[in-house]
Amino acid sequence: MIAASIIRAIVTNKNFQWHVVGTYLFDSRITHGVLVTIELTVLSMLIGVLLGVILAIMRRSPNPVVSGASWLYIYFFRGTPLLVQILFWYSIAALFKTIDLGIPFGPALVHLNSNTVITPLVAALLGLGLNEGAYMAEIVRAGLLSVDEGQSEAAASLGMGRLQVLRLIVLPQAMRVIIPPTGNETISMLKNTSLVSVIAYTELLYSVQQIYSVSFQTIPLLIVASIWYLAMTSVLYVGQFFIERRFGRGFSRAEQMTMRARWLGMGRGGAGGGVG
Amino acid sequence: MSEPMIKAEAVHKRFGRLEVLKGIDLEVERGEVMCLLGPSGSGKSTFLRCINHLEKINSGRLSVDGELVGYRESGGKLHELHERDVARKRAEIGMVFQHFNLFPHMTALENVTLAPTRVLGASRREARDRATDLLARVGLADKLSTYPVALSGGQQQRVAIARALAMQPKLMLFDEPTSALDPELVGDVLDAMRRLAHDGMTMIVVTHEVGFAREVGDTVVFMDAGVVVETGKPADVLGNPQHERTRAFLTNVL
Repeated sequence: MIAASIIRAIVTNKNFQWHVVGTYLFDSRITHGVLVTIELTVLSMLIGVLLGVILAIMRRSPNPVVSGASWLYIYFFRGTPLLVQILFWYSIAALFKTIDLGIPFGPALVHLNSNTVITPLVAALLGLGLNEGAYMAEIVRAGLLSVDEGQSEAAASLGMGRLQVLRLIVLPQAMRVIIPPTGNETISMLKNTSLVSVIAYTELLYSVQQIYSVSFQTIPLLIVASIWYLAMTSVLYVGQFFIERRFGRGFSRAEQMTMRARWLGMGRGGAGGGVG
Repeated sequence: MSEPMIKAEAVHKRFGRLEVLKGIDLEVERGEVMCLLGPSGSGKSTFLRCINHLEKINSGRLSVDGELVGYRESGGKLHELHERDVARKRAEIGMVFQHFNLFPHMTALENVTLAPTRVLGASRREARDRATDLLARVGLADKLSTYPVALSGGQQQRVAIARALAMQPKLMLFDEPTSALDPELVGDVLDAMRRLAHDGMTMIVVTHEVGFAREVGDTVVFMDAGVVVETGKPADVLGNPQHERTRAFLTNVL
């Protein structure tokens, strides 16, 4: 009853201006913003996952300097707001006018002007990607810890080196634990890309803001943005299902569930399985 | 006679302040099957794990096939081996674990072909043929594409034996290979090991299966509290133990 009356209120309230939503849904400025949002999400997650794996492996290092560096990174990037980090990267030219890449205290090999290198895109990617790396590091670490020590021992006893053990035995099994929270992170990332609107980068939210700042149709345009965000997260749900199924191989005695069966709640508890 | 396959002299191992091995002296000849018996916590498994350097010894000397385990000797000093060399030596020693430790994300066949292709550089076809043959020999010809989770404990352990044998090791270590199995599944695993012993493989078996030790073992070693209490032919150690501790243990397990 309550839900029905809420829906009725939403549909019949003229202030929602549903016809405006229809007009702008496939506007070229909006679809461009959608593409930029997807691009930002994909690139930032790639940076985040890659950094996360490296940081998680560093955390396990017996060398205290290496594991300490990883700890400090995670401490810093998890402990400050993402919005602040994005603004910081965008304004880094105020701190360092030029960026020199080369031998520390030695001659510079590359000489760059901060204002030209740190474009809004670079600032956005640095802000989103480096922050994500800290969160992914903890997710990957939990995944690595979930793999029984006997697995590494068995692999080592077969003569595999440390990297081979990690790549062929530990990481593939850790994936089963890493993927669900990573799906979560990707969905968060998709929405967090909207934060880079503050540095005037034209992703979906900023595109919408540009339109309604002129036309004052704020509510319908925010609905347009929400519809697109929902559509994109829906696609991610489907993708996550198939990736989880791929890495769940060998962990369940039951036949692999179909997506339909899972939605209907007919599948028996999938994960687990007594593997020694 | 050539030098022994394994030679341990005064091997000590500590975990923190707990001394687990208090000076082990042992020799295992080529082709010998040695069974290690003893109460849990006596250091049998730890000693086994020292042989392929899964555990580092704290003092003493331990060598396999005439070469020190994990160290290189030059100028009267011991230098720790590079990780790559440790791995290379481990590849020559097969190990079978109490809890099988099969790779759950790979089929039985993939479990067996992985190390030969990745470590020894064997071709896929070569590794596949050999793995198929080994799995058939342990009675699992029809389980090639089955994942470990769908195999019984006994079947998993036989895949683990095939996996170790695929590396053509010169020595096999068994760490309580039947302790985690239901009683009715023990027989198939012991059969596979018996055949291996018959083919002349050098084996060290940590076990509670006194019957197996008596029948298949060339030597039985009884360990307790980090020391070797008694060594000898199975008939002597098991039939006529000289030490009180051996007698007490045998009374308990028989």
